[in-house]
Amino acid sequence: MSYSWPILSTVTFLPLLGALLVLLLRGDDESAARNARYIALWTTLITFAISLLLWRDFDVATAAFQFVELRPWLGPITFHMGLDGISMPFVVLTTLLMPLTILSSFVAIKVRVKEFMIAFLVLETLMLGVFSSLDLVMFYLFFEGGLIPMFLIIGIWGGSNRVYASFKFFLYTLTGSVLMLLAIMAIYWEAGTTNIPALLNHDFPPEMQTWLWFAFLASFAVKLPMWPVHTWLPDAHVEAPTAGSVILAGILLKLGGYGFLRFSIPMFPIASAEFAPLIFGLSVIAIVYTSLVALAQEDMKKLIAYSSIAHMGFVTIGIFTLTMQGMQGGIFLMLSHGIVSAALFLCVGVVYDRMHTHKISAFSGLVNRMPLYAFFFMVFTLANVGLPGTSGFIGEFLSLMGAFEVNTWVAVFATTGIILSAGYALWLYRRIFFGVLDKPALKHIKDLSPREVAVMTPLLIITIYFGFHPGPVLDVSAVSVEALIANFKAGLAVAEQAQLAPAP
Amino acid sequence: MPVTESLNLVAILPELVLAVGAMALLMLGVATREERGDLILWLAVGVLVVAGIFIACGEGTETLFGGSFIVDPYARMLKLLCLVGAAVSLIMSVPYWRAFGGMRFEYPILLLFAATGMLMMISAYDLIALYVGLELQSLALYVVAAFKRDSARSSEAGLKYFVLGALSSGMLLYGASLVYGFTGSTEFAQIASAVQPSGANLGLIFGLVFLMAGFAFKISAVPFHMWTPDVYEGAPTPVTAFFAAAPKIAAMALTVRVLISAFPALTTEWQQIVVFLAIASMGLGSFAAIGQRNIKRLMAYSSIGHMGYALVGLASGTVAGVQGVIIYLAIYLVMTLGMFACVLAMRRDGKMVENIDQLSGLSRTSPRMALVLAILLFSLAGIPPLAGFFAKFYVFLAAIESGLYALAVVGVLLSVVGAFYYLRIVKIMYFDDPAEPFEEMPASLAIIAGVSGALTLFYVVYPAPLVEAAGVAAKALF
Repeated sequence: MSYSWPILSTVTFLPLLGALLVLLLRGDDESAARNARYIALWTTLITFAISLLLWRDFDVATAAFQFVELRPWLGPITFHMGLDGISMPFVVLTTLLMPLTILSSFVAIKVRVKEFMIAFLVLETLMLGVFSSLDLVMFYLFFEGGLIPMFLIIGIWGGSNRVYASFKFFLYTLTGSVLMLLAIMAIYWEAGTTNIPALLNHDFPPEMQTWLWFAFLASFAVKLPMWPVHTWLPDAHVEAPTAGSVILAGILLKLGGYGFLRFSIPMFPIASAEFAPLIFGLSVIAIVYTSLVALAQEDMKKLIAYSSIAHMGFVTIGIFTLTMQGMQGGIFLMLSHGIVSAALFLCVGVVYDRMHTHKISAFSGLVNRMPLYAFFFMVFTLANVGLPGTSGFIGEFLSLMGAFEVNTWVAVFATTGIILSAGYALWLYRRIFFGVLDKPALKHIKDLSPREVAVMTPLLIITIYFGFHPGPVLDVSAVSVEALIANFKAGLAVAEQAQLAPAP
Repeated sequence: MPVTESLNLVAILPELVLAVGAMALLMLGVATREERGDLILWLAVGVLVVAGIFIACGEGTETLFGGSFIVDPYARMLKLLCLVGAAVSLIMSVPYWRAFGGMRFEYPILLLFAATGMLMMISAYDLIALYVGLELQSLALYVVAAFKRDSARSSEAGLKYFVLGALSSGMLLYGASLVYGFTGSTEFAQIASAVQPSGANLGLIFGLVFLMAGFAFKISAVPFHMWTPDVYEGAPTPVTAFFAAAPKIAAMALTVRVLISAFPALTTEWQQIVVFLAIASMGLGSFAAIGQRNIKRLMAYSSIGHMGYALVGLASGTVAGVQGVIIYLAIYLVMTLGMFACVLAMRRDGKMVENIDQLSGLSRTSPRMALVLAILLFSLAGIPPLAGFFAKFYVFLAAIESGLYALAVVGVLLSVVGAFYYLRIVKIMYFDDPAEPFEEMPASLAIIAGVSGALTLFYVVYPAPLVEAAGVAAKALF
């Protein structure tokens, strides 16, 4: 279905309009803050509603880009947007998490509310732009531009060590990205265009593919993050305000995985096939190592951060199996993790708002005072572990199935990660919720407020629903992933023929 | 060429307007004995605007004075940039002189002479014309650097600038004489045809190296940058703003023209030198700025770094590279003027403050100034979607096209180092606790800073005109 108005750029740039409205608010008092909160909430809700139209009218039968918009912008670099089955779910994930995030920070953020809301709305536009860009340079603008609001969010509203964390986040990510920028330039001179659909069918010389693949890896590996360039993530998570952690874990980490799917594999098939074992190795190390590290954490947010790195390990394994199951699993796991880890950080935010700490040792026996909270936390913990019946299971299962097909050892080692994840997650749960409620500070802690329930419930429903009925998501991405694999195989075939052909 | 050749005065009208205007204002100043010089200053701005209009109206390519002077799209574009820099920094100086005194009517006139020199430098198509323009500019600059006669630091800045500047002029002249000796001409076109790519002899290369040493001094590229931090810090702040904007652009324009027009056959030879200058400047600019506490010194190192990035474009030696340099200079000009408008507004208790720690918590005390500064700083760091990103994008694009991969990789990694010190200022403004508020920003500075911030922020919406204009200008050189 086609619209008479550019629906995709409406979704993408609507939050920017909201940010402008917030900017125009006068005054610094409580009423201005309240207005800022509601403008932000309504903007993100409307954005979400429009993005649901995208989901409704998305044609799952074609791998072509849909809702395409193409305008001249900067000579050969065009303003080009569109969605396929891989990017569309991420757009909806982003618009879904945004209102929940804003709602969750209604109470938590007390200072500089206006600036906070502006930063989040700008960040939303930038993230949506990353997923819907069909031009490499545009993609880079959005991809990198997201650093600015996130830097400010961590640095202004973060914890005690926020300066260190924000700088580390910014500089780490920037270092990776600038190498990708050079690769984008090299692609431009090689292919003569930055149009992504055209580039997907361009055959890069094998020698060049290796370099370009590594340059893109530098960026995506930091963003994802993969071992050994993951160290910024725990710091950023611990220091970021709850809403920042939610977006960081829920969406920003997915940019890396999305980048592999969108660029590395279809554009550089030879290099991808050649270096898949490298990715497997790094991913297995990430899964086992970070799971063990998670066991030793004293801080809830840090524990969840390490668990995120481990889950991203499953994602990269799934994607680089280059099989239907594995890739579908990787995508599904990213979406599921987007929901579940966001929910877990929101859960941590609940007790942080009350006690102003996320040290595990500060809590015990919470189930006595907060049964509702314990219920939500339990469901999300189990989803994080990958219990059947939750969305986490589907993703991990499919990824591992793909891995078994390709390399049994990878699958075996990766599976130990699931066992370890059950270990650290359940142990965390035991330490916080069970035992005796003996800490005097916890004696009067209150259970979830209606607002907090309203934030958590949609996530809970989605987690369970897609655990039993993953069809809708898998259907959306199926054709695009098939086309991606076909494209990948065609790229390999071209290279093989070139090798077999006699030298001219 | 016959002496009776009719002179096409229309083509050099901008230079004439500036020179005649400056002399007329000088007489007016002497006659009225106006001490504060406000009137003269605004008249000087008017002269710059008129000259700018004449430049903008010109078209086509013309050579005059027996081929020693050229007016082409390249010259017009860069002249306009220089005049914008000069005019805006003149306007920015008004609140400063009003608050701190020391203004004399000679100040705007000296700036006009400097601007005349810059225009001549950009249009020079002959080593002698080049030198005359350069010296006209430099002499005026030496004087304005020391314009605060009572301040020891300002005098020191002027003297230092003069002594080192004279040294560099000497090197430049020596180089020019060697080039003349080995090619038999001072005209760029004839030098270019006299130089054979195969037989680049040692003497000529020697001359080229000396020429480039002189240019490197003027654009403060490492290792000829030593004067920059001291002069930037010592000179009165509006003068520093002017130094950072206009003369840098003129000197870079000159360097590009000489290397591309006069030595196309020696590209591989000068490319090595430019690559070295670029890497050294980017590196020193990034690392040395980290330790700076004084905002003017920091801006000095920042400008050294930025000239390094602009040189990356030149190093490629292609149309795309020159286009990149022009885009870089245009965007750098806008950002620098905005930065200095903010620096000039750092006033507390009737005094200028220059320590970056004084910006502490600025986002609370004057949120708008902090926002503009933050935009400019992120842009200087080259973070998209701000204008500074596009500046870097085009120079590195050219470097990749020419296969200068090592230079590009080193350059972008150094830009990450550079991002650190810009971010630190953002951190001081946004993450730290508020200090005493500054005095209210004078309206003229607020407008300049606001326009600069808006241009930087919204450049992404409509970037094509600048890129296309730079493309046209760059093609004129080849």
